[in-house]
Amino acid sequence: MDASELISTVTTIRPGISQREKCNRPSVVIESVNLLDIMWSLQSREDLGFDMLLSHTAVDWIDEGWFELVYLLYSTKHGHYLMVSTFIPRESPVIATVSPIWKIAEWQEREVYDMFGVLYEDHPDLRRIFLDDDWEGFPLRKDYKDDFMLERPE
Amino acid sequence: MDKIINWARSNSLWPLTFGTSCCAIEVMMAAGASRHDLARFGAEVARPSPRQADLLVVAGTIVKKMAPRLKMLYEQMCEPKYVIATGSCAISGGPFMYHSYTTVRGADEIIPVDVYVPGCPPRPEGFFYGLLMLQKLIREGETVRKPRMRKKPVLAALPPGLTLSQIQEEIRMELETVTKRGLFGGRI
Repeated sequence: MDASELISTVTTIRPGISQREKCNRPSVVIESVNLLDIMWSLQSREDLGFDMLLSHTAVDWIDEGWFELVYLLYSTKHGHYLMVSTFIPRESPVIATVSPIWKIAEWQEREVYDMFGVLYEDHPDLRRIFLDDDWEGFPLRKDYKDDFMLERPE
Repeated sequence: MDKIINWARSNSLWPLTFGTSCCAIEVMMAAGASRHDLARFGAEVARPSPRQADLLVVAGTIVKKMAPRLKMLYEQMCEPKYVIATGSCAISGGPFMYHSYTTVRGADEIIPVDVYVPGCPPRPEGFFYGLLMLQKLIREGETVRKPRMRKKPVLAALPPGLTLSQIQEEIRMELETVTKRGLFGGRI
């Protein structure tokens, strides 16, 4: 399945899936409420077969006021990639967990929680993974500051 | 007698394999491999245990979580023990000095350092120069009559006449003029 075919197949799963522009890889934007539905069908459908979550990360769009959550999927059967991204508000960063679909998402979501403070509903073990357990704040947020950091002199 | 002991010590430094990032590739792997051959200086017996080592080569970035482990490794080593800090991360934090929430700005914030080898990472030749400086320091340095002499740090690639405290003072002055908080959050 080539890139345009893949995009057209994915966008027919349900309404509200749009192709992301300016991407050199097949990439779609979905609504955050439909995340679990779409991910289940991406994983289980025979012609798509995305059985591997390569990477999950977030982008802090501080001026627009939302986090972009990025899921990079790969199919070991068909050998194609798909980047799925969704947007959640910065003030209430809550999203459903995809760990029942891909087990590895447990740790990747813990990392995103550690760095950005995104909360995953029904996550089995949501606690910090890299930083100390008593760490305050989420360091990859653009407005993060602490006493240890040095500002670069102008 | 001290001279003979120090000569023996300087020519059989046993380094501890402590590498946290890319510097370890240069100073532990490239320097130890056959092209550069650390064995020429008698320091090829890399030990995985601090109990058997007397040279701690801090090769790489030290983050906050690693800092207590590094201190523990240093304390577990037997006297006499020597420390070389290689690369800009172990000297000052290097590229992670500003806007970093984890990186400790220099190994000398945690443990005393004898020789600094600059570079990002230093070439094996640079590391050898630092090692030879340390050997020189050991040969001239600490004896029963002159204990604690080597606590004065030696900079491997600085013009003579310039000391570490001068540089630190200069950096502090410069930073204090531009930031209100002072160097390292006012801790120094």
